[in-house]
Amino acid sequence: MSDSRFETFETAWCPGCGNFNILDSLKNALDELALDPHDVLMVGGIGQAAKLPQYISANSFSGLHGRAVPPAAAAKIVNPALTVIINSGDGDSYGEGGNHFIHNIRRNVDIAHFIHDNQVYGLTKGQASPTADKGSVTPVQVEGSLNIPFNPVLMAIAAGAGFVARGFSGRPEHLKELMKQAIRFKGYALVDILQPCVSFNKVNTFAWYSQRVYELDKEYDRGDRAAAMLKSMEFGDRIPIGVLYQEEQPTFHEQHEVLKNGQILAGRKNDPELVRELMLEMV
Amino acid sequence: MYNLLVGGAAGQGVDTAVNTLEALLKAAGCGVFTVRDLMSRIRGGHNFSLVRFGEETPRSHSERLDGIIALNEETIALHRDKLKPEGFILCDESVKTDDSRAIPLKLQGIAKLLGSGRAAGSVAVGAALRLFSTPIDGARRVFEKSLKPGLVEMNVKALEAGYRAVEPRFERVGGSHAGEMILTGNKALALGALAAGLQFYAAYPMSPSTSILEYLASVSLKMGIAVEQAEDEIAAVNMAIGASFTGARAMTGTSGGGFSLKVEALGLSGMAEVPLVLVDVQRPGPVTGLPTRTEQSDLKFMISASQGEFPRMVIALRHHEDAYRQTIRAFNLAEKYQIPVILLSDQYLADGTATMPVPDPAKAEIYAPEDVPAEGGYARYRFTESGISPRKFPGTRDGFVSADSDEHDEYGKIIEDSETRIRMMNKRMGKLELLKRELEEPQLLGDERPEVLLIGWGSLYGPLEEAVRLLNAEGKARYGALVFGDVWPLPDRLLREKAAGARALIHVEQNYTGQLAQLIREQTGIRTDAGILKYDGRQLSGEEIVRRLREEGY
Ligand SMILES: Cc1ncc(C[n+]2csc(CCOP(=O)(O)OP(=O)(O)O)c2C)c(N)n1
Ligand code: SF4
Ligand SMILES: [Mg+2]
Repeated sequence: MSDSRFETFETAWCPGCGNFNILDSLKNALDELALDPHDVLMVGGIGQAAKLPQYISANSFSGLHGRAVPPAAAAKIVNPALTVIINSGDGDSYGEGGNHFIHNIRRNVDIAHFIHDNQVYGLTKGQASPTADKGSVTPVQVEGSLNIPFNPVLMAIAAGAGFVARGFSGRPEHLKELMKQAIRFKGYALVDILQPCVSFNKVNTFAWYSQRVYELDKEYDRGDRAAAMLKSMEFGDRIPIGVLYQEEQPTFHEQHEVLKNGQILAGRKNDPELVRELMLEMV
Repeated sequence: MYNLLVGGAAGQGVDTAVNTLEALLKAAGCGVFTVRDLMSRIRGGHNFSLVRFGEETPRSHSERLDGIIALNEETIALHRDKLKPEGFILCDESVKTDDSRAIPLKLQGIAKLLGSGRAAGSVAVGAALRLFSTPIDGARRVFEKSLKPGLVEMNVKALEAGYRAVEPRFERVGGSHAGEMILTGNKALALGALAAGLQFYAAYPMSPSTSILEYLASVSLKMGIAVEQAEDEIAAVNMAIGASFTGARAMTGTSGGGFSLKVEALGLSGMAEVPLVLVDVQRPGPVTGLPTRTEQSDLKFMISASQGEFPRMVIALRHHEDAYRQTIRAFNLAEKYQIPVILLSDQYLADGTATMPVPDPAKAEIYAPEDVPAEGGYARYRFTESGISPRKFPGTRDGFVSADSDEHDEYGKIIEDSETRIRMMNKRMGKLELLKRELEEPQLLGDERPEVLLIGWGSLYGPLEEAVRLLNAEGKARYGALVFGDVWPLPDRLLREKAAGARALIHVEQNYTGQLAQLIREQTGIRTDAGILKYDGRQLSGEEIVRRLREEGY
């Protein structure tokens, strides 16, 4: 698109990495949503995926490994006019940041969380991530991973998330549509994105995913939570992609007594007379 | 000045009795200071409070008691050795004691007659106030503020009954404190934060910091601010950083254990140059330690926490007015230099209450940076002469705003080259030099030209003030004390000056290793000659400092 408002920059990713398509899909999604880049805040933790906020022309916050969600939620809390998007890795989001993942589903601040799920720790050169298949052999899991793979979409639905989707970086058009829906969704929206890591994951490759993924069709009822949980458990010979579950529920802002009327805390000052009243209560 | 101890089992209403006492003493014009000695339990265990009052607001407790209100027998057994010969013990007539100072009253009997044994504390408070010749005119108003409407009448009557049950014994004291606030150190800090423009507070509950979270939550609707209980301390501090990055004045608070979890993010605030105010209300460590008691053992932790090197400031809070003023200052310094500023409090100050004049929040200075027009596109980490890059917030049309924990260039993009690294390090660390110009010297108490110089910090202000007063009254030598508020960077002008004229330097600290003394030696080469240290979770009193000093031969 020539009238694109979002620019992307040179990356430090390996040639052939699934991250490139994710960056393209995101840029196209943002353009199609006609967002002003100045109103977009991209947030990442640390990892290969988490570098994405550095590669697109928008505001960015590159914080700590595992800690992308808390500052993102807080940024939205204090300035709801911003579109806040997290791009981070599976290790970052589900491992180091697992507690924030669970509790920000419950907090339901209106942010979109895009997780580049390559089933490995890419930046630290290929150790098992929480989503690694059982038996994955890595420099650390030398006899193969013993742990049960973490199922982020099932977990998210169980914890009460209102928008849970899975995408595949090998289907960029489909992914772009998922991203648009997630950004537009009011509340916490999760898109777990299957992302081949060409350098460190020689099992879950483009070909491996391509043979298995299929798009959920119009028949699929994304409003049925029990069915969505069952569908979320499908991961093996066939892997469903698309919106697994969607159900609007009151957001953090809508329920918050201070924020629900549009209060913007960023740049705000306190009224000294109110502080004085508090002081006089202590007299 | 008088000293009254109120003791009983947890759940027996010690706190209610103390609140009533404080309010009525203040209404009568007294300056009041109370320390709470709490057990880390909800029920059972021995709790007591020391209420000290007089013409001026006392700033520390004393061990020499004029009276004891004993809501149970244990209180007498535990504390009678500290009661002066002419002191009194107010207790229920059922309590068995051979102490001739006891004044047994029908505390329970009167209370039950009025409707509930729970009003026994009010009977005792009424009697105590009478013994101190203090009027109880404001009683109804006090109870209306603190009790459910159904309980007010009963407690007023209980108080009056106690008042009539004894004769005045001590001369009335009092000053002009009736119009002042009475509040805990944590509330003074919270009010400072609000006056400074706090918009976002995130924390995870941990004693003795929790009452900051609870108080701010209780006023959040009125103030129109966000107060969030985070899923853990790591989330709390990262949320505060996110809020500050986006343009809201933000703070996070905890005690040492929670601070341990925040350490990495402390460095993020330094590296990404996001202003942040962090509160550490110290309690005895390590780990869970003594959860409801006091200590000053986090000083070296605060000045060195987090990997790498970055500028930070650490301010120890000395007393209630200091807590209010320094919190405002912390917000301004954090914002001006785009650094983390740590407020170091402790349980003694945090839970202790004191009377304090009502400050004028409209006069709270709020740092407002000049709006520098962006030249050549906005760059968050623009190299400037001062090293301070103008802040903008996401949403600005002047460009993009970024924060980065990686080493970065002026635009916040990751770099690896040595030249940019060196320039960025110099830019950040240079702010530490600027910060040194903002430092406040420690406060000198006692003699202007001390022969014996005591050195302390934070909430030992009150005990040290009392100690030098007692020592100088004896007239054997000239005593002074330097009490540090700013501890990092360490101001050293007054210290060097007073140390040069003194024959002995003695550090006084609530820890095992003498952390300030070590810091002073590291920063100035000045060595102390002896130390008075305490680490049992109980604050030194002025009298104890004097006693220990004598033992050391000074
Ligand atoms: C506190 C902390 N622990 C460990 C690391 C090292 N580290 C950086 S990225 C990473 C894992 C990255 O994996 P993931 O989040 O899946 O991202 P990917 O690189 O695969 O995109 C680790 C362990 C760190 N930076 N910080
Ligand atoms: S290591 Fe893997 S995830 Fe990282 S850039 Fe290379 S291919 Fe992509
Ligand atoms: Mg990964």
